[in-house]
Amino acid sequence: MRIRLKGARVLDPGNMDDFKDIIIADGVIEAIVDPAGKDEPCKDEQLYLSDENGNATQKGHPDKSMVEIDITGMVAVPGLIDMHVHLREPGYEYKETIETGLRSAAKGGFTAVCPMPNTSPVNDNSAITSFMVSRAREIGGCRLYPVGAITRGSKGESLCEYGDMKRAGMVAVSDDGRPVSNSRVMRRAMEYARGIGLPVISHAEDLDLAQDGAMNEGVVATRLGIKGIPNAAESTMVMRDIALAELTGASLHIAHVSCKESVDAIRHGKSRGVKVTAETAPHYFTLTDEACSGYDTNAKMNPPLRTEDDRQAIIEGLADGTIDVIATDHAPHSILEKDVEFDRAAFGIVGLETSLGLSMKLVQDGRLSFEELIKKMARNPAALLGIDNSLKPGNSADITVIDMDSFWSVNPGTFLSKSRNTPFTGFSLKGEVYLTLVQGRVAYQRHDGGNEIDCIPEI
Amino acid sequence: MRFEHKDLLDIESLSVRDITMILDTAEGMKEISSRPVKKVPTLRGKTIVLFFQEPSTRTKLSFDIAAKRLSADTISISSGSSSMVKGETLIDTAKNLEAMNPDIIVIRHSSSGAAELIARRVKASVVNGGDGLHAHPTQALLDMMSVREKKGRIEGLNIAIIGDITHSRVARSNIIGFTKMGAAVTVAAPPTMIPAGIETLGCSVAPDVESCIENADVVMMLRIQKERQESILFPTEREYSMLFGLNSQRLRGARRDVLVMHPGPMNRGVEISGDVADGEHSVILEQVTNGVALRMAVFYLVSGGMKNAD
Repeated sequence: MRIRLKGARVLDPGNMDDFKDIIIADGVIEAIVDPAGKDEPCKDEQLYLSDENGNATQKGHPDKSMVEIDITGMVAVPGLIDMHVHLREPGYEYKETIETGLRSAAKGGFTAVCPMPNTSPVNDNSAITSFMVSRAREIGGCRLYPVGAITRGSKGESLCEYGDMKRAGMVAVSDDGRPVSNSRVMRRAMEYARGIGLPVISHAEDLDLAQDGAMNEGVVATRLGIKGIPNAAESTMVMRDIALAELTGASLHIAHVSCKESVDAIRHGKSRGVKVTAETAPHYFTLTDEACSGYDTNAKMNPPLRTEDDRQAIIEGLADGTIDVIATDHAPHSILEKDVEFDRAAFGIVGLETSLGLSMKLVQDGRLSFEELIKKMARNPAALLGIDNSLKPGNSADITVIDMDSFWSVNPGTFLSKSRNTPFTGFSLKGEVYLTLVQGRVAYQRHDGGNEIDCIPEI
Repeated sequence: MRFEHKDLLDIESLSVRDITMILDTAEGMKEISSRPVKKVPTLRGKTIVLFFQEPSTRTKLSFDIAAKRLSADTISISSGSSSMVKGETLIDTAKNLEAMNPDIIVIRHSSSGAAELIARRVKASVVNGGDGLHAHPTQALLDMMSVREKKGRIEGLNIAIIGDITHSRVARSNIIGFTKMGAAVTVAAPPTMIPAGIETLGCSVAPDVESCIENADVVMMLRIQKERQESILFPTEREYSMLFGLNSQRLRGARRDVLVMHPGPMNRGVEISGDVADGEHSVILEQVTNGVALRMAVFYLVSGGMKNAD
C-alpha cells in the first residue's frame, strides 16, 4: 500500500517549506519529491508495478496500488503532539476514555498525546503505564505516550519507579493536579529523573496561596464575590522549580503557564542556561478572567484565566521563544461537575478539538509565524519527549494536513470527546484539520460530502 | 411606572429609578406593620418559598414576616431539612421547587452566583437573600432606605464602611448601591480584608479608620467573623478592636449627625463598642424594622406590582 499526498505545501520547521509530494509506503515516509508532473521521480513512481502484496516490484508499468490524495491548497506538517492531556482512563471513564480521547485528539490534528497521571488509580507504576499503552495500541489511531506520577499516589512523599515505567513507555514524570509541595522531594525527583533521562513536568502551584480560590484574584473575582488565586501562587513555584533545576541539572518543563511573572521567571532562567522549557494552553492566550462573568463554569480552570496583561505576556513569551510548546491541558468533565455553583464546579476544559483553530489566530493576527506555531505544536514537544516526528524518509508517516482557509464555528455537539466543557462555543475560527495520518493510516479525516478518501484504511 | 425585573439578584442590575421605586414602595409598606391588624391581602394565594442553605435567623424571619404581612403563604426549607444533604444538586432542588409552582423563591446560599443559577432555571421570581461573597441586595436596599429616611437623601453623603470587605456581600452590595445613588463610599480595613480592585466598584480605600470616618454622614460597621481567624486575617480581636473598632471617641471624627449602622449580628466590644451600638447615633434596630417593609416592597414589585394588587 503506497500513498502519494500531492499538491500541498509541506512545512517541516527547520527542514523544509516547499510544494512537495509525500510518498508513503507501509506507513513510512518513503520519499518527499517535487510535485507530480514537474519532474522525473514522480513519473518513475507511477511506473512501478506492484505484486499481490502491494509491494513495488519493477519499473515499466503503472502502479495500481498507489493511492493519490490531492491536497492542493493545504499544508502538510509533522504530526501535532499534545503533551498535556487528561484522558481519564482508568477511573473516570464517564468523563473520557482513552478511546474517545484519542479520537478527539486525531480530530484536532494530533498524532500523539501525553496523558497526565491523575487517573484512578494514579499512573505511578509500570502496570498502569502498560495498560494505557496497550489500550491505545488496541484502539489504534493517535499515539499515546504516558506521563507518570512523580511520587507514589501523587502524594508528594516517595518516588515512583521511573526506570521501570520508562521501559513500559513513560516519557516524562509530572505532578499535574497534585503539586509536590515539599521542595526536598522535588529536588530528589529531579535528580533521579535526570539519571533515568526523563524530563520533569511541573504543575506550578503553591496550594497554600491558592487555597479555596476558584478563579483569578482580581477585579472580576471581587465583583463576582469569588475567592481568588493570585499570580504568585503559580510564579513562586515556577521560581522554586527553576532553582531546583539549576541545582540538579534536570530537564524541567513548566506546564500550563498562565501569568506574566511566570513568563519572566522562565525567560530569566533560560538566560542563565537552566534546562527549562515551558508550555501554555490556547485559553491563556485567547481569554481573560472576564470570561468568568455570569459564573460561567466553562471558564473555570486551574491555573485560572488571568488578565489582559497576562494574556499579552503569554503571547510575547510564545513569540520570543520563552514558551516552547502549546499544549491543551484537555480536561474533560461531565455536565454533572460543571452545571453547578461556580465555586463547586470542577476545574478544566476540553481543548483537543479547538487547539489548532485557536492557535491559528496568533498567526492570523501576526503575533506568531506559521512555522513557529508548528514548532510549538509539533517539533518542540517531540524534541522534549525524545520523539522524531520530522518529515523525512524513513520516519513514520505521522502527518497533519491543515486546510488553512477553512472557516468553521466551534460547536461542542460535534466534538468526538465524551465531554463538552468548552468556553469557546460559537467562536468563529479559520484553519481546520483536514487529515490526520498516523503511520500512514487515516486517524481522522474531515468529511466534505462525497469527497472522502475511501481507499486508505481508516484506523 | 412598573418594576421591570422578574428577579432581584443583585444591586448592579438595578437602575437608579428601580432603586428609588423600591425605596418609595417600602416607605409606603412601613405603615402596615404598625397597624393593629398587620396584614393586607395583596399577595393572597401566592406561595413564597424561603430556601436557606446557609444558617440565618434574622434575614429569614424578616422575609417570612414580610411575606405573611402581604398574606402570602410561606414555606421554609433549610439545608438540614433539604435534599441537598442527600446529595441532590442545587439545580435539581430548584427544579423540584419549581414543579410545585411557587411564585417567589427566596434563596440564601454559600456559593456566589447561586441565586443567578437558580433564576435562570425557574419561572418563579427569585429574590437573592445573600449568595456567597457576591451580593445581599435586600440588605443594601434596607440600608439605603434607612439612610434616606433619616437624611432625606442619599446623594452627596459620605458613607464609611469598615470591616472585612473581602468576605462581605453586604459591603459589595452597599458600595455599588450607595455609589449608584450618588453617595461617596470609603472603606477601611486591614489590607488582608480589602479585595483586589475594590475601587472598581466605585469606592475609595482609606489608609486608616480615622480618615475613613472623618466627615462621614454614615458609619457602617461590618461583623468580624471569628470563624475566619483561621485564615489569618488579623492577629487578635483585641488588636482589631484597638485599630478598627468603632467607639465613641473615634466617632467624634464623623459629622455631628452621623448615623451608625450594622447589618448584624454584632460582636459588641469587637467591631463596635456597646455604648455606640446603643447610642443616640445608632439606627441599628431601625434597620431591622425597615428590613420587613423593604422585603414587602420587593415581594410586591417582583410579583408584578399594581397589576396583581387587589
